[in-house]
Amino acid sequence: MTETPQDKVARLARLRRDGGVLRDYRSPRYDEPFIMEQGTPGERGILVPLAEEDVTKAVGEAADYIPEGMSRAAAPVLPEMSQYQVLRHYLRYSQMTLGMDLGSDISEGTCTMKYSPKMHEELIRGHKAADLHPWQDEDTMQGLLEIVFDTGQYLKSISGMDAFSLQPGGGSHAVYTNACVMRRHFEAKGELDQRNEMITTIFSHPCDAATPMVAGFKVITVMPDENGYPDLEAFKAAVSERTVGCMITNPEDTGIYNPQIDKYVEVLHDAGALAFTDQANANGILGFARARDAGFDACHFNLHKTFSSPHGCEGPATGAYMCTDELAKYLPVPVVAKVGDRYHLDYDRPESIGRVRGFLGNWMGVIRAYAWIRTMGPEGLKEVAEISVLNNNYLDNLLMAIKGVSRPYAEGHRRLDQVRYSLEQLKEDTGVGTEALRDRMVDFGIQSYWMSHHPWVVPEPFTPEPCETYSRVDLDEWAAVIKKGIDEAYADAEFVLDSPHAQPIDQMRRTEAMEDPGQWAFTWRAYKKKILGKK
Amino acid sequence: MADKPFVHPYIPNSVPAVKEAMLHELGLSSVEEIYAEIPDRLRFKGRLDIPEPILAERDLRRHVQGLLDKNTSAVEFLNFCGAGCWQHHVPSVVDEVINRAEFVSAYCGGDYSDLGKYLTRFEFNSMLGELVDFDVVANPIYDWGDVAGRSFRMARRITGRDKVLVPSSVSPMRLMEMRTLCQPESMANSTKIRFYEWDRETGMVDTDDLKAKLDDSVAAVYWENPSYLGTIEAHGAEIVKLAHEHGALAIAGVDPITLGVLAPPGALGADIACGDIQPLGMHMHAGGGCSGFIAFRDDPLFAQECPLELYTVMETATPGQYAVGEALPDRTSYGSRDQGKDWVGTASGLWTIAAAVYMAVMGPQGFKEVGETCVARSHYAAKLLGEIPGVQVKLSPGFFKEFVVGFDGTGKTVAEVHKKLLGHRIFGGKDLSADFPELGQSALYCVTEYYGKAEIERLASAVKEVTA
Repeated sequence: MTETPQDKVARLARLRRDGGVLRDYRSPRYDEPFIMEQGTPGERGILVPLAEEDVTKAVGEAADYIPEGMSRAAAPVLPEMSQYQVLRHYLRYSQMTLGMDLGSDISEGTCTMKYSPKMHEELIRGHKAADLHPWQDEDTMQGLLEIVFDTGQYLKSISGMDAFSLQPGGGSHAVYTNACVMRRHFEAKGELDQRNEMITTIFSHPCDAATPMVAGFKVITVMPDENGYPDLEAFKAAVSERTVGCMITNPEDTGIYNPQIDKYVEVLHDAGALAFTDQANANGILGFARARDAGFDACHFNLHKTFSSPHGCEGPATGAYMCTDELAKYLPVPVVAKVGDRYHLDYDRPESIGRVRGFLGNWMGVIRAYAWIRTMGPEGLKEVAEISVLNNNYLDNLLMAIKGVSRPYAEGHRRLDQVRYSLEQLKEDTGVGTEALRDRMVDFGIQSYWMSHHPWVVPEPFTPEPCETYSRVDLDEWAAVIKKGIDEAYADAEFVLDSPHAQPIDQMRRTEAMEDPGQWAFTWRAYKKKILGKK
Repeated sequence: MADKPFVHPYIPNSVPAVKEAMLHELGLSSVEEIYAEIPDRLRFKGRLDIPEPILAERDLRRHVQGLLDKNTSAVEFLNFCGAGCWQHHVPSVVDEVINRAEFVSAYCGGDYSDLGKYLTRFEFNSMLGELVDFDVVANPIYDWGDVAGRSFRMARRITGRDKVLVPSSVSPMRLMEMRTLCQPESMANSTKIRFYEWDRETGMVDTDDLKAKLDDSVAAVYWENPSYLGTIEAHGAEIVKLAHEHGALAIAGVDPITLGVLAPPGALGADIACGDIQPLGMHMHAGGGCSGFIAFRDDPLFAQECPLELYTVMETATPGQYAVGEALPDRTSYGSRDQGKDWVGTASGLWTIAAAVYMAVMGPQGFKEVGETCVARSHYAAKLLGEIPGVQVKLSPGFFKEFVVGFDGTGKTVAEVHKKLLGHRIFGGKDLSADFPELGQSALYCVTEYYGKAEIERLASAVKEVTA
């Protein structure tokens, strides 16, 4: 009798019971229709308050106040569903989402998927945090402002910088803030006509290239040499009297610490330019190296990465922008200040860049970061960094022993918090590349790994980041999953290329919709018109 | 604590024996050997200026909650502030869903492992598309001001023109974000913001002034409905017509909770709609509940120039089974770095899930009723406040939930009135006196479905007392 694919999946996965660390995992599969296809006319998910009779008597009907032609003609085509059915629908969707809490998310390198303590969630969900209006009198928000101010002080110490803004609504947003601050600096100096080039490196995050473009600058991207970072001479060659500054990461996605970083900064300063370092991932250097000590004028942190705020399906997020006294006057308004023992929102900053975001910022993330820093203390933060670095090197040891895995650049040097590996050999040997392995690993209940930002400089890349959250057992399991997928690739490449096998849906094959205007459908109403209507 | 090992519940491998065993396996005696990668001159050797840790969870909870308890929330006081962030009722089922660990902790996981997130995202786009009457809704980003600025940049790329007309009644805060995105005008690729007037009697836009300012160099005409000052804009269709006559795009900024009763921007003929989803199930979080959306017609040119991620539904290998994938990925900064359209980044994903649940439970009837209640109760509040000697409700009576209250006749400033209202456990509206001096000592008051007749009457009697 031939083995069915389901039997095969079960056989291949049955390793945990045989003394291994791999799980016989099955994702929930609910075969759940879209909510737009569900419900019955007349069902209600919630009842909302209606205007009291006295109110209507006093002012008349709502329709009386809507100008002619401005009333909605046809009701929106939304689901009509009872509350339980809506809840159940989205709980099923949540179960078909692995998330970090379930998925041993060593996988998403560059993202620092660390544990977000549950106690912090209780803090931010209470009305003393959740139900504050941003325009309410600042005297009634002193607790929140104190938390924000003190967090700013801690981040100053961690970065060595003098000033902070917690207004940016994410890491890329903080990086954009930097592009605007540098722009304002040279505008104030009357040099904006002359200086219009920003330098970045290819292994820095895409936002280090994209946000200066949005700010109006030409972007120069410097490529790495065999060390994994640009040679000092190559970097020098990019700097001129046209240079605004640099926006670069260190360590970059490769995890390699660039030991010449302060020399880059010197080159920039000698040319009258500024230097910013993207510290979205600061986990490996907390308490060990500071941006200011390498000469940088500004840096940023992602509170949803290094400082434990959860990622929330890609936000809400908080970017902490840090800079020197020289640049502080350009920070977005308002700036949180302390006057005596009172906290104050300072809008009176005539040289400010203005705003990058409305109101104050995503300060849920600040409350969590504050709590996290306070439970770590100065020694604890260093321990976070040490264990992250140790975990990464331990995992590296396991992964580099697997056939088909290589680690480009900087032979003989250790990585800090993450590594960009290549599966080029595996692809050559078996036809299984990084995308197929990524789709196979999830069958073991492990989140799919981050490959690389584009362009893939490293062929067939993957980038794990085993931060301090993960135990040695977790690291062993993660490496075993990679080894298992690779062993399968060498034994039966087709099986891996047909992955996944234990997920809520089967393989996505019809990906033409991603590029074809005739097939893409960004909403259900478009799908009904374009695809279902034609069936 | 220095003499004790630091074993923290969030750091399993800080157990000394484990750490030692791992180092042993690497042939290292200490993690310092790895940190040798950082040159000595760049090593930080001082001590971080951070307080000693509060280790026990109970103690930390007490400490941070103690700080938060210094705040006064809009649950304790009555709140009549809106102006871009509004207090609407958040259904408990919304919080239940977005507090699920899977959603709270997910990030950029794969198409399969994080499928539920992508399906929810597609449903959010689909339901918001119904509200705004557009076939395309892009993945939201930071907030309304940001997406308005991005819409301008998108219009600039689509039309090849560099001027955008904005009503001078626009929110000053949103305008600051727009300006940051549009670059200083001396820069070669800047987008020039020019203003057209608003009618000081009605609060609506001045279409004569718009006509005068419009020419064939204009990339887009932007307007808001309701306006920042609360007025329902009656000229939407006319603005669209005027813009199109000059080959410009019409961009509508909208508050989506109004769209159960107000005509949606798609139906008015707008090319792009933007706005904030905060009213759709987000707590205010001191403004952290905001998230900006962009929607438009299903036109490939618009899709190509959209700076935000677009997610398409598609069938898997099994007919009738759906997956969601990112369309035109090369267009974004993740695909093409500085060659992409603006940039994208982690912004407000969880809020789109909240809004999906909100729209699903509200349904068409819920949106109609919440709209009608906002209109009725805000007008009731305006009526009571307008009856107070010296207090005047300004601009057109056609408003949705916000209206301008003038205090000039009381001889008191807004700041004075509002300080006294705090004594009555009330947050008054947003003070407009600095941003709109032509309105005198005025404030923008917001009344939603959240407060009923009794609370509105409490506001009126408090205002009467403090202005007397």
